[in-house]
Amino acid sequence: MARSKAAGITRRELYEAQQRRRSILVAATSTIIVVVALVVLVPMAPGWGKVQQSFFNGEVLAKTFPKLLEAFRINVMIFAWSAPAIAVLGLLIALARDAKSPALFPLRIFGAAFTDIFRGVPVILTVYLIGFGIPGLGLPRPWNSPYIWGSLALILTYSAYVAEIFRSGIDSVHHSQRAAALSLGLSERQVMRDVVLPQAIRNVVPSQMNMLIALQKDVSLLSFIGPVEIFRQAGVFKSLLANFTPYVGAAIIFLIVTIPATRYADHLMARQMRERR
Amino acid sequence: MSKMLSLTAASFALFSTTAFADGHCAAGKTLTDGKFTIATGNPAYFPWVLDDAPESGEGFEAAVAYAVAEEMGFAAEDVVWVRSSFDEAIQPGAKEFDVNMQQYSITPERDQVVDFSSPYYTAPMAVLVGSNATDTEPTLEALKGLQWGAVGSTTAVPKLAAVIEPDNEPLLYGDNADVNAAMTANQIDAALFDLPTALFLSAVMIEGSKVIGQFPADEGDNPDHFGMLMEEGNPLKACVDEAIAAIASNGKLAEIEAKWLQDTTGVPLIK
Repeated sequence: MARSKAAGITRRELYEAQQRRRSILVAATSTIIVVVALVVLVPMAPGWGKVQQSFFNGEVLAKTFPKLLEAFRINVMIFAWSAPAIAVLGLLIALARDAKSPALFPLRIFGAAFTDIFRGVPVILTVYLIGFGIPGLGLPRPWNSPYIWGSLALILTYSAYVAEIFRSGIDSVHHSQRAAALSLGLSERQVMRDVVLPQAIRNVVPSQMNMLIALQKDVSLLSFIGPVEIFRQAGVFKSLLANFTPYVGAAIIFLIVTIPATRYADHLMARQMRERR
Repeated sequence: MSKMLSLTAASFALFSTTAFADGHCAAGKTLTDGKFTIATGNPAYFPWVLDDAPESGEGFEAAVAYAVAEEMGFAAEDVVWVRSSFDEAIQPGAKEFDVNMQQYSITPERDQVVDFSSPYYTAPMAVLVGSNATDTEPTLEALKGLQWGAVGSTTAVPKLAAVIEPDNEPLLYGDNADVNAAMTANQIDAALFDLPTALFLSAVMIEGSKVIGQFPADEGDNPDHFGMLMEEGNPLKACVDEAIAAIASNGKLAEIEAKWLQDTTGVPLIK
């Protein structure tokens, strides 16, 4: 007792410091064990040599990476024109589902059917059906381009998800605000435009960021209907070289883009949590 | 139940006594002793396999498979068919098949990862065009201007880039069916296939399409040699090669080719 007083710390602080040291020690040990297990044990597996040769082949990576990067430009391009269209269409669908007037009931039905259908069908099916189906009707070139119709498939599918997120944002604005704005004499339209939407959109920005990240990855599905984007380019290399390393290369390129985006979304989300408290 | 068991036991006994009594080269080297497991595509396409049913032995590759099996000392009922994708065939590790036959072109890069038998067919590449481009001249000059398509996993892709060098970037697809869809939708003018596949597609699958030319199959032009794919270092390779050499020299292979693959001499050479 006297000793701890001399050191200027209480017994409790001593105990807590001990606990802290202990948890740091445990965390460090377990991390080291896991890393050692991965670095030492995995290469000891009998098939490691072959796996390394097939998936982590530095020579193949160096040879294919520049071409993959070039193909990734197509992903970025498709993403760049799809994302704004998705935002606009998603918002319109959300508003359609939220229409209050009885005369607009058909619009609500349309909104509901749209989200049900495009959220319910796997993206790849939509890409196939629209990407090959609509051009098959006999459109002249360049209007039958897989870029156009494949992008449309992505836009429709993602709008359905984005619309639902916008709708949850609209619902998150308290009913009393609507009532208060109406009592001030604003029209339904003004209430939505000037009171509800600005808050609703802000509330769902982090969730929409996640949709952007998902979209960035799903752009690769367009490779099924022709465009040689990064996934297809990696597949071509895989077949020619009988080696899966190009896929790993493609994954690296995706991660370079998506990890900062994911971190940014997390940051936005955390900030929003703090602001709400 | 016990009856079934004894029946199975009896049949096993039968196999172990009849299979390879003469110490044939395949003894003990196959996945299941006494059985020869062959993989093919899913689906397997005409004219390589008829009606996606390789068990019938109908179609060029199915027929070659049974001829090779017979040469190696397997009865027809000892041939077991499984399905595999390209990726399954080249992934590292043990394979689910003894050999894999789905028009694998032998390339040096692939040969580093897996083994190939000696070739059982040499396929020239051919140009299939959709109904809008049937009057294209079979010259490299005219071909450059077309919108090209191909199956992304085939050797048609490097061939396109190296020989035709099209003005527009080619569009690439996952399989033959998707190339058909794109050609039917007029998204591509032309596609590069091995000649037998191209002839089949134009005759049966894509209305109004036509095979307008083939590339000469001489060695300088690096034609596609189809080989059976095996796990790297498979001891069965010597045995399979021997069997292919045997059916090639006794005329059986040519006979099968004549029966299942169309006469390809009518297709003009591309200049």
